[in-house]
Amino acid sequence: MKLSPDKKLDVREVLKDLDSYRPRRKGWAWRKKIENNRIGPFVYKDTSESLIHSVPLPAATYFDNIDPQSDVVITTEIASGRFEDDLRRMRMAAWHGADHIMVIRTIGQSHIDGLIEGTPEGVGGIPISRKQIRATRKALDAIEDEIGRPINFHSYVSGVAGPEIAVLFAEEGVNGAHQDPQYNVLYRNINMHRSFVDAAEAKKIMADAAILQLDGAHNANATAKQAWKVTPELFVQHAINTAYSNAAGMPNDLIALSTVPPTAPPAPKMHYDLPYAVALRELFAGYKFRAQQNTRYMESDTMETTITHVLDTLISRMTSADIQSTITPDEGRNIPWHYNNVAGVNTARQTLMGLDGLMEQVELKQDGPLREDVRVLKERAVLFLEEILNEGGYYTTVENGQFVDQGYFPERKGDGIVRDPQGGDCADTVISRKVDYGAPVCSHFGNNSYAQNNNKPCEAYGGCTLCDPSKIQYIDELDEQDNVEKRLEQPIADRVAGLIRPEVEKHGDSIACVTLFVPESPKVAEAAALEMAKRMNLRNPEVISRRVMHPAEGSVFEIKGILDVAVNVEILQIPAMEALLSDEAIEAWVRPRDIHIVAATVGEDEHSVGLHEILDIKHGGIEKYGFHCHNLGTSVAIERLLDVAEETNARAILISTIVTHADVHKQHMLHLHESAKQRGMRERLVLVAGGAQVTEQLARQCGLDAGFGHGTTGRDVGSFLVRILREKWPG
Amino acid sequence: MGCAERPDDFEKRRGKLKDMSDEELHQYFWQLVEKIVKPLIEEARTHTTPSIERSILLRMGFSSIEAKQLVEKMLQRNLLGHGAGRLVFELAKAKQLSIREAGTALLSGNYWEELPV
Ligand code: B12
Repeated sequence: MKLSPDKKLDVREVLKDLDSYRPRRKGWAWRKKIENNRIGPFVYKDTSESLIHSVPLPAATYFDNIDPQSDVVITTEIASGRFEDDLRRMRMAAWHGADHIMVIRTIGQSHIDGLIEGTPEGVGGIPISRKQIRATRKALDAIEDEIGRPINFHSYVSGVAGPEIAVLFAEEGVNGAHQDPQYNVLYRNINMHRSFVDAAEAKKIMADAAILQLDGAHNANATAKQAWKVTPELFVQHAINTAYSNAAGMPNDLIALSTVPPTAPPAPKMHYDLPYAVALRELFAGYKFRAQQNTRYMESDTMETTITHVLDTLISRMTSADIQSTITPDEGRNIPWHYNNVAGVNTARQTLMGLDGLMEQVELKQDGPLREDVRVLKERAVLFLEEILNEGGYYTTVENGQFVDQGYFPERKGDGIVRDPQGGDCADTVISRKVDYGAPVCSHFGNNSYAQNNNKPCEAYGGCTLCDPSKIQYIDELDEQDNVEKRLEQPIADRVAGLIRPEVEKHGDSIACVTLFVPESPKVAEAAALEMAKRMNLRNPEVISRRVMHPAEGSVFEIKGILDVAVNVEILQIPAMEALLSDEAIEAWVRPRDIHIVAATVGEDEHSVGLHEILDIKHGGIEKYGFHCHNLGTSVAIERLLDVAEETNARAILISTIVTHADVHKQHMLHLHESAKQRGMRERLVLVAGGAQVTEQLARQCGLDAGFGHGTTGRDVGSFLVRILREKWPG
Repeated sequence: MGCAERPDDFEKRRGKLKDMSDEELHQYFWQLVEKIVKPLIEEARTHTTPSIERSILLRMGFSSIEAKQLVEKMLQRNLLGHGAGRLVFELAKAKQLSIREAGTALLSGNYWEELPV
C-alpha cells in the first residue's frame, strides 16, 4: 500500500487482504540523533533525521520552511472508538512529528477474559483485536513510508488477558505497550496473584519481541488530589515493576518508566517537579524514561493546559527523556478531537525545538535546595520499601491500604486503596504447575518441562507462531452489524455523493466549535452565549469551556454543537490556481520594456517591511525582473501616488495597507480606484494592493485588479503583472 | 478504609539513612526492591493461569475462540496444572496427529480420557 500526500487514506485498501498481511519489522525504533545538525540557517544540538513529508511549525515560513525533528520520540494517544477514523488522525499526527502512536483500549476490555475479535466500535478507545491491530499496523507502515520515519505502535498489555494480548502484539508487530501488574491491582481491582503471575509471562513475551514496556506508576499522581505527595510511592511502584520485569527476562533498555511532573501552576511547579524528576533519573539510571504531561489538574481551558505542558517539556529537557508523551489539550473536557492530537504534538515539538542545546548552556545546581529535596525524596522512598518488608511483603501492604494514600510518606492519611489478596476480578484462578507441567512454545516464563535442553521448545512440531507466523489463526468478523464494513457505508456514500461535513472526532460527527465573548456577568453571559449559538444553527449547543474575564465585564466561552450541513463539492467555487510564470519568463518579458511602477504604504501606515519584500531586489522583489520601481515610502497619500504615476508614465500602482482598524484598508483601496477613475487614469493603470489582511476577493470588490496577503512573494506579483500587462498591451 | 493515620515523622525515621552516601542509598533501595519482588516472581515461576494457557495455545496455532474453549474444558477437568500446551502436544504425539488435529479432536469431545497425565 502506498500513500500519496494529495490523496486521502483509503480504508478499503487497508482492509484488503488483511488475512495475509505481516508486519515488516518488530520491536521499538528510536530516532537517530545527529550531532551538530545543520538545518536551514541553524546548527542544532538535539535533533534527529528530518522527514520526507511533514507540516512544519507555522513560524517555519520565516526560516526556509525547515522542520527540525527533536532527538526524542514524541507520543500521541489516539482514541475515538473507531479505528478507521483513528487511522486518518494518526496520519495527521505523524505529519506533525508523532512517531509513537498509543491506542487507548475501549472501556471494560481489561475485564474481558480472552481476546476480542473483529472490529466492534469502542467507547473512549477501541476494542483491541487482531484485525484492528493488523489494519492499523498496515496503515502505519504506509504512513511511515510517506513521512520517512519508523512509527512505533503501542497499546496495553493489561487486564485479565495480558499474556494473550502480549502474544497478539508480538505476532502483529506492535512496538510498545503498557505492562504493570500494579495497575491491574490498584485501578482495576483484578486479583493480585493473577495479575503478577500473568505479568511475568506477558513481560517475557514482550521482551523477546523487543516491545518497549511502559509502566503504570503515573496513574498514582493522576489519582491523588495532592499528586506531589505520592511521589515517594511512585519510586516504589516504578521499582517493583522494573525489578519484576528484569526478573521476568526483560533487558533494561526495554523498560521505560512512565513519569509525570506532578504539579501545575499556580503551584510552584519547578520547586516540586524538578527534584522529583532528578531523583527518579538518578535512582533508575540505565532505564528509559517516558515523560508524560500532567493531566491531574487540567480541566477545560486548552491554553492553560498547553502552558503546563510546555513547562513539563522543559523539565524533560533539563533532566532527560527518551520519549516525550503528549496529552491533547482538550482531554479534560471531551474525547480528544483530532486536531487537538496535532496541537498536543506541536506543543512538544515547538518546545523541544525552542530548547535545543539548552543543557550546553545551563546546569542544575549541585548544592542548595534541589539536592536536598532530591535526597529527601529518595529517603522517603526507601522508608516506604522498608515498611513493605516489615508488613510482610507487597500483597499485605496493598491489603493494608498503603498505596495511593495521600499522605507524604511516612505520613499516612488513611485514604489509600485497599485490595484483598484473595479477592478481586478473577480471584482463585491461579493454578500451581505440576511437576510435568510443560509449554511447548517460545517466550514462556517459568518452570517448563520442554525447556530442559537447548532446543526450542516448539521445534518438535515445526515451530510456534512466533517462529512460523503462517500458523497464526486470523479471524475476520464475528458481529454482522457492529463492524468496520458497516460503519464505512456512510462515509463511502458521502464521498460518492460529494458531501462534506465538519468533523472533530469521527466521520460525519458534524461537530463545530465557536468562541464567543459576552460582555455580561458569568451566568447571564453563559445563557446568552448558548442562545447565540442556537441562532447560529448549532444543534445541542454545549459550553465546553468558560473563563471569567471580569465578574461584571464579561466572560469568554467555547461552545460546541452540531452543525448539520453537508456541503456538496460541486457547488463550491474553488479559485483556480494559475501556475506562476518562471523567473526567466517574467524577466524576458519585463526587461526590454522599460516598465515603471509606483508603490507606497498608504494612509497613516508606517509598516514598510511587507512592501520591501515585494519590491526590493535584495529580498527577491520585482526589481530583479527589470521593473523600474518608485517606492515613495510610508504614510503616503493616494493622490501623491497618482501624481508620480502620471509623471513617470507608470503602468502600475502597488499599495501596501497593513493597519486595518475601522476598515481603513478597504477605504484606501476604494479611494485608489475612484481617484484613478476620476483622473482618467484607471484604464491605463494596473492597481494592486497588499497587506496581511488583504485578499484577492476584497481587493477586487474595491475595484482593484488584484490583492495579495500573507506570504506573498515577488514572483507572485511579477507573474501577475506580466500576465495582466501582456493582456492590456499585447505586443 | 486504608491504613492508620500517621503524622509525617520523616525526621525521626530517616536516622540511619541520613549518613549513607547517595550510592549506598541507591544500593540499599534496590536491595529492598529485590527482596519485595522475590516471592512474587517465585509464584509466577511455579504457577499458571487460564490466560497464560490460552496464550500458549495461541502460539501453537489455535484461534482465540478455540483456545478459550480448550482451556475452559481443561479447567473443568482440573487438568490445567499440566499445561494446556503439553496436553495437546503429547496427545498429538501419541496419536500421530498434527497439533491442530489434536486440539480440534479435543474440541469435538474426543480423547479426553486418553490424555497423557
Ligand atoms: C514590524 C511591525 C511594526 C513596526 C513596523 C516597522 C516597519 N518599518 O515596517 C513598528 C514597530 C513601527 C510598528 C508600529 C505599529 N504597528 Co505594527 N506590526 C509589526 C509586525 C510585528 C510585523 C509586520 C511585518 O513586518 N511583517 C512581515 C511582513 C513581511 O509581512 P506583511 O507585512 O504581512 O507583508 C506581506 C504580505 O502582507 C504582502 N504585502 C504587504 N504589503 C504588500 C504590498 C503589495 C503591493 C503586495 C503585492 C503585497 C504586500 O506581502 C508581504 C510579504 O509576504 C506586525 C505583527 C505581525 N507579526 O504581523 C504588527 C502589526 C502589523 N502592527 C500593528 C499595529 C496596530 C501597529 C501600531 C498601530 C501600534 C501602535 N499603536 O503604535 C503601529 C503603527 C504605526 C503606524 N503609524 O503605522 C497591528 C496591525 C493591526 C491591524 N490589522 O490593524 C499588527 C498586526 C500587530 C497587532 N496584531 O496588533 N509595527
